[in-house]
Amino acid sequence: MTDPAATARDRGSKERLVTLRPTAPIVPPVNVSGRALMVVIAIMSFLCAVTLGAVTMVQEKAEAWQGDVSREITIQIKPEEGLDMDQALIAVRDIVLGSPGAVAARIVDRASTARLLEPWLGEGFDMDELPVPRLVIVTIDENNPPDFGAMRQALAEAVPAAALDDHRAWADRLISMARITVLIGVGILSLMLATTMLTVIFATRGAMAGNRHIVEVLHFVGAETGFIASQFQRRFLLIGLKGAGVGGGVAAVVFLLLAAWQNHTMATALNDQATALFGRFSLSSAGYFGIVAIIALIAAMTTLTTRLTVIRTIREIDRQRADPSLAEIG
Amino acid sequence: MLGEQPLPARWPDGQLNLTLTMPGECEAGEQTARRMMHIRPRDRNRSLIHFENVGLRYGMGPEVLRDLTFDIPKRSFQFLTGPSGAGKTTLMRLLFMSLKPTRGLIRMFDRDISMIPGEELPLLRRRIGIVFQDFRLLDHMTTYENVALPLRVRGKEEASYRSDVIELLKWVGLGERINVLPPVLSGGEKQRVAIARALIDQPEILLADEPTGNVDPPMAQRLLNLFIELNRLGTAVIIATHDLTLMDRVNARRMILSEGRLDIYD
Ligand SMILES: Nc1ncnc2c1ncn2[C@@H]1O[C@H](COP(=O)(O)OP(=O)(O)OP(=O)(O)O)[C@@H](O)[C@H]1O
Ligand SMILES: [Mg+2]
Repeated sequence: MTDPAATARDRGSKERLVTLRPTAPIVPPVNVSGRALMVVIAIMSFLCAVTLGAVTMVQEKAEAWQGDVSREITIQIKPEEGLDMDQALIAVRDIVLGSPGAVAARIVDRASTARLLEPWLGEGFDMDELPVPRLVIVTIDENNPPDFGAMRQALAEAVPAAALDDHRAWADRLISMARITVLIGVGILSLMLATTMLTVIFATRGAMAGNRHIVEVLHFVGAETGFIASQFQRRFLLIGLKGAGVGGGVAAVVFLLLAAWQNHTMATALNDQATALFGRFSLSSAGYFGIVAIIALIAAMTTLTTRLTVIRTIREIDRQRADPSLAEIG
Repeated sequence: MLGEQPLPARWPDGQLNLTLTMPGECEAGEQTARRMMHIRPRDRNRSLIHFENVGLRYGMGPEVLRDLTFDIPKRSFQFLTGPSGAGKTTLMRLLFMSLKPTRGLIRMFDRDISMIPGEELPLLRRRIGIVFQDFRLLDHMTTYENVALPLRVRGKEEASYRSDVIELLKWVGLGERINVLPPVLSGGEKQRVAIARALIDQPEILLADEPTGNVDPPMAQRLLNLFIELNRLGTAVIIATHDLTLMDRVNARRMILSEGRLDIYD
C-alpha cells in the first residue's frame, strides 16, 4: 500500500482525535421506575417518621404524667363552721412532713387557689365569702412511699376536715390509659414499619425488574455475582438514602416548625387548644434519633433487597441452565 | 478494499505490538501469536471441548439434540449449520454453559461441566467470547463502552484497553460510531458491536450465532476475515450460520445439524 510510517502516523493522529464521553456507570442512571421508587421511599419514611415522632411524644408525656402522679398526693381541707383554715393547713403540713416518705409539702396559697377557681367563679370574687376548700400538695418519695393508711389516721385525729387523696384511683386509670395509648402507638408504628419494609422491598424489586437484562449481560460477559451486586447496590443505596432522607427530613422539619410555632404563639387561644389536645410538640432528641434510625433502616433495606434481587436473578438464570424449559427463546 | 487495512493485534496485555496482516498475505505472525497465547505445540491437538452422547430436550418436548459426540480441538475453526430450528442456538447455549444437557457428558477446558459450581461459571465464561443471535447490547452504553464491558468487569484499568477497543471498533468499520448508543445503530452495526465485544479479550473459544446475518456480503467477508485472524492468534472459532456462500469462502470443518443429529465434515 503506502508508506507504512505515514499510515502509522495517520492512525496515531486519528486515535488522538477520538474523544470519549466520561464512561457511563454500569448501572444506568435513575430512570422512571427508580424515581418512582425514590418517591415511594420518601413518602413511606415521612409517614414512619411522623408516626415515630407522635409515639415518642405520647410515650414521653405518659411517662411524665405517671411520674407527676405518683410523686404527688393532695390533702384537701373542707371549710367547716368554726375551723381556722390557716391553722388547719399548717397542722396538716406538719403532720405530713413528720411521716417518713414525704419529701415536701406545699400549701396552695390564697392567690393560687383563686387562680385555680377563676375559670368557674370569674375574676375578683371574694374568697372569704365562699366556702372554698384549700389544698396541701405533698411530694413523696416514689421509691419509699409513706404509709397512706397511717397518714390518714393521723390526719383524721388532728384535722377531721382534711381528706387525703393519693390519686391512686384515677392515677391508676390514667397510667393504664397512657400505657394503652403507647401500646397502640407502638402497634401502629410496627404496622407502619412493616408496611414500609414491604413497600420498599416490592418497589425495589419492581425497579430492579427493568434491569434484568443488564444483570444477564454482565453475568454472561464474565462479571462475578459480587461485582454485579455491588454495582446495583451503590445505585440503590443512593436512591434509598435520598428518598428516606427527604421523607425523614421533612418530618423532622415539621416537628421543629410546630415546636417553634408553639413557642412563638405561646398563650394564644389556638395554641392553648392545640396544647391541651396534643401537649407540647417538642420532639425530644430520642425522637430525632429515631427518625435518623428510620432513614438508615430504609436505606439499608433498599440496598439489601437490591443485593438479594441480583443474587436471585443470577440464580434464576442459572436455574434455566439446569432446567432448559425455563429458558427464553432467543 | 478488503484486507487492505491490517488488523491491529495489540491485545489487552499490551505487550505485543505486532501488526498482523490478513489471511493469505503473511504467515509470519503465527510463531509470535502462539508464544503470546502460551500455547505449547503439544497442546495443539488436545481438545478444548468434548461432547459425549449429549442429548437435550426443552421441558417435556422432543429431544432437540440427540446423541451428539464430537470434539472441538484447540485453535480449530468450524461452521455449525443446519436448517432453521435444527438446534444451532441450543448447541451454542450448551457450549456457553448456559444450558445443561439432559443427558450425556460435556467436558470443557478439561472439566466436566456438570461438576462446576455456579460461582465458578463467570470465571470460565471469561475464556469464551459469545456473539448472541440477538446481540444483547446494553442500551445505556455507547458502542465503545459496550465493547469495553468484558474488560471492565474483569477489573481492568480503562487506560490499559482504551486504544485497543478504539482500534478494534475502527477495524470492524465502526470508527465513526464510537460514541453512539445502540438504539440508533443499524442491525449490521449492532452485530459488529456484539462481535467486537466477544473478541476484545481474545477468548480461547469464540461462539458466534449468525454473526453475518445482518450485514452485506463485503462486510460478511470482512467479519469472516476477522474470525480467521482471531483463529490464527489461537482462538477456537465456532460460527453458526446458514450462509452457504460464507462457508464456501473458507475451507473449514462443517458441523451440520439436522433432525437433532450432527454430521461432521472435516
Ligand atoms: N426455550 C425453549 N423452550 C422450548 N423449545 C425451545 C426453546 N428454545 C428453542 N426451542 C426449540 O428448539 C428447537 C431448536 O431451536 P434453536 O433456536 O436452537 O434453533 P436454531 O437452529 O438456532 O434456529 P435458527 O436457525 O432459526 O436460529 C426449535 O424447535 C425450537 O422451537
Ligand atoms: Mg438460532
